[in-house]
Amino acid sequence: MSRYLRPAVRLASTASRVQVARPAAPTFFKPASVAGLQKRTYADAPSGTKDYTVRDALNEALAEELEANPKVFVMGEEVAQYNGAYKVTKGLLDRFGDKRVIDTPITEMGFTGLAVGAALSGLHPVCEFMTFNFAMQSIDHIVNSAAKTLYMSGGIQPCNITFRGPNGFAAGVAAQHSQDYSAWYGSVPGLKVVSPWSAEDAKGLLKAAIRDPNPVVVLENELMYGQVFPMSEAAQKDDFVIPIGKAKVERAGKDLTIVTMSRCVGQSIVAAEALKKKYGVEVEVLNLRSIKPIDLDAIIASIKKTHRLMTVESGFPAYGVGAEIVALAVEYGFDYLDAPPQRVTGADVPTPYAQGLEEMSFPTEALIENHAAKLLKLI
Amino acid sequence: MKRIARSTQRPSSLLRPLTPSTHQPRLVPIAIQSSKTTTTTTATTQTVPSSRRHASSLSQRPDSSHVMFPGAVKSAFSNSMTFEEPSKYDALPTYRAVDQHGQVVDPSFKPDLSDEEVIKLYHDMLTVSIMDLIMFDAQRQGRLSFYMVSAGEEAVCVGSASALSSEDVVFCQYREQGVFKQRGFTLSDFMNQLFANHKDPGKGRNMPVHYGSKELNIHTISSPLATQLPQASGAAYALKIQRMQNPTVPPRVVAAYFGEGAASEGDFHAALNIAATRGCPAVFICRNNGYAISTPTLEQYRGDGIASRGLGYGIDTIRVDGNDFWAVREVTKRARELALQDGGKPVLIEAMTYRVSHHSTSDDSFAYRAKVEVEDWKRRDNPIGRLRKWMEAKGIWDENKEREARDSIRREILKAFSQAEKEKKPAIRTMFEDVYEELTPEIKAQMKELKEHLDQFPEEYDLGDFDGGKDSLAK
Repeated sequence: MSRYLRPAVRLASTASRVQVARPAAPTFFKPASVAGLQKRTYADAPSGTKDYTVRDALNEALAEELEANPKVFVMGEEVAQYNGAYKVTKGLLDRFGDKRVIDTPITEMGFTGLAVGAALSGLHPVCEFMTFNFAMQSIDHIVNSAAKTLYMSGGIQPCNITFRGPNGFAAGVAAQHSQDYSAWYGSVPGLKVVSPWSAEDAKGLLKAAIRDPNPVVVLENELMYGQVFPMSEAAQKDDFVIPIGKAKVERAGKDLTIVTMSRCVGQSIVAAEALKKKYGVEVEVLNLRSIKPIDLDAIIASIKKTHRLMTVESGFPAYGVGAEIVALAVEYGFDYLDAPPQRVTGADVPTPYAQGLEEMSFPTEALIENHAAKLLKLI
Repeated sequence: MKRIARSTQRPSSLLRPLTPSTHQPRLVPIAIQSSKTTTTTTATTQTVPSSRRHASSLSQRPDSSHVMFPGAVKSAFSNSMTFEEPSKYDALPTYRAVDQHGQVVDPSFKPDLSDEEVIKLYHDMLTVSIMDLIMFDAQRQGRLSFYMVSAGEEAVCVGSASALSSEDVVFCQYREQGVFKQRGFTLSDFMNQLFANHKDPGKGRNMPVHYGSKELNIHTISSPLATQLPQASGAAYALKIQRMQNPTVPPRVVAAYFGEGAASEGDFHAALNIAATRGCPAVFICRNNGYAISTPTLEQYRGDGIASRGLGYGIDTIRVDGNDFWAVREVTKRARELALQDGGKPVLIEAMTYRVSHHSTSDDSFAYRAKVEVEDWKRRDNPIGRLRKWMEAKGIWDENKEREARDSIRREILKAFSQAEKEKKPAIRTMFEDVYEELTPEIKAQMKELKEHLDQFPEEYDLGDFDGGKDSLAK
């Protein structure tokens, strides 16, 4: 029951805190310090790694794909002249011109429909939403046209389109601007859905999405754009892609599997380190990378090793990605589980504006740590 | 049982079931089935006004010179094949009553307000402009997360709102502080919302500037763009039905505000079309301020502004100088009258202004427009300066009064500001309320759990910041 609402103990940290003013960048949203942990996972030529923000990685992916394929173009509100609302498309207009990088009027229905039409006619559009909340205005084009036309047309009309933009909650933008659409798009046959965490994820998955002949939804996260990650030498090359449908073990462990995605990957790694320090347990963190298709093999392989499962996501709890993972784990890995699988999710409430309530609406490192410790019967 | 596809069910307590009425001449009986009926045999027969036009009644007469197709009943036949070119038509004119020097240019214009009333409305415009500056800076200091200013659009909002009745229903986009102020939203009301304290009617759940007021008949602002427009058509339709059922209710209209950027959304088109076809008494007021965040109008549309679209939908339309308080007021007054004619119909007003301010505190507009452009506009013409010139020419305003007014407004704003900042946060209980109309058993259980926890560890929590402390959780 109380898993839907954050445990009351968390009130302690918020209620007693003196809140003089809402800081422009609330401390709650400070990036998790995972850069150090990240480096370990890159065995190949650490000397060649370079620091990238997620924003730079996305920008590089777009530039490389625009360069490589004349059929690719980028379209969205303020993507050209203004360099993108979050500067992801910075410099692309200057480099590729206004036929490849296109500003649109404020009509999501209009430009999404246009992009889908262009894709159905053989081009490879990258359709940017200022946030995926705004894609609600045009979701019919994504779900009913982009996802289904290949099937409905008897296979004669492929739709090679990429929908991308920030997804999930940001800071202080309340209910109508703070939603996670992973479960929405993940439920639609015909769509592929990816959700990057690190700079490598962002670059490799976006490039894979653009090259994939199907409609792919790339769910980014606004709070991750400015975060810095080391990028391996291989990932800096223009032929780097990450296969859609493959998860990645970000941190190996033997006691508990945390399956997570997007920003929650970093939070889970921090929680895993804390659990190791406090209790000496080793938590495996599986970065899902791809929501649909989902890497069931990787999940089951990890459960076979750890025998315990917890999912961490920032979406709503009901009918969510976590629910899907738990269902799959129980269907295919029941005999390997030593404890009931658990979900850590966003709260079942329209995202409040008030900072204290907002903090309680989404998973934090402490909350992940706490729930994992309970699952492992450490507290 | 079989349900008919479009059964006329009881929509809400607001609407009583339609009964045969004497003032509706065209009535056709149709069978409807009450939503509570469980068998088809008990279907009742009622009469509802028909709005259906039967195509068969429009059949072409032999040798007619006019088209009688059902889709265009007044079109003359032509033997020359001509495509209409929008560029061959003049742009629709922009009505002004007072020019930028404060001189009356419409000879038929007569101010219908007393000196005190004009000064009050000027005061509203000044208040909004000063509050905007203060709150923009407050956001920059990190005292609130977000703010939107409305510099350059004070006359559109205050002028149009002043011509509405307080009973009229208003839908805003997000830049209509002037409408709220004119209708009686106090400085404390603004500040309580901005600081999300316990006096905020939104209970701290909304972003700043998402004001709303039940008393003032203003729907709470919603973030997604243009959704207010079809909803405004619907609200206007409800008012129309209400009056059909009870003609003693005073006639009311809905006023819906939006920017020219929002008019690119599909909702705008849906709203105008349905309002026109259903005869909804709605006044659509477009603030065409030249920019939609960074997108200039040149890239927003190619036609003659927003006004030209009204004509396409068969809607009475006017374009007005949005910097001219008097023109906006006169136009809105007339639009309201028109909207109530013929049983109700929509009217479109396009008020031309210039967005002097940045889009919001998240925007730096000098990245996409020259600072000199903005400075030019400010100098050339602005709504506050223009009304001031008119008032000075009339001898009811001067430099001293201006200075006094500005000083006192500033003081009042800062007072409301610091008061609101000090107010308590909403009661803890509000954290559980309003996701659903009633508290669900799960939420009740969570509330109980929280109360027990707080009872058990009273030393652990400082609840003094919250309205009513933990008592709000009891029952």
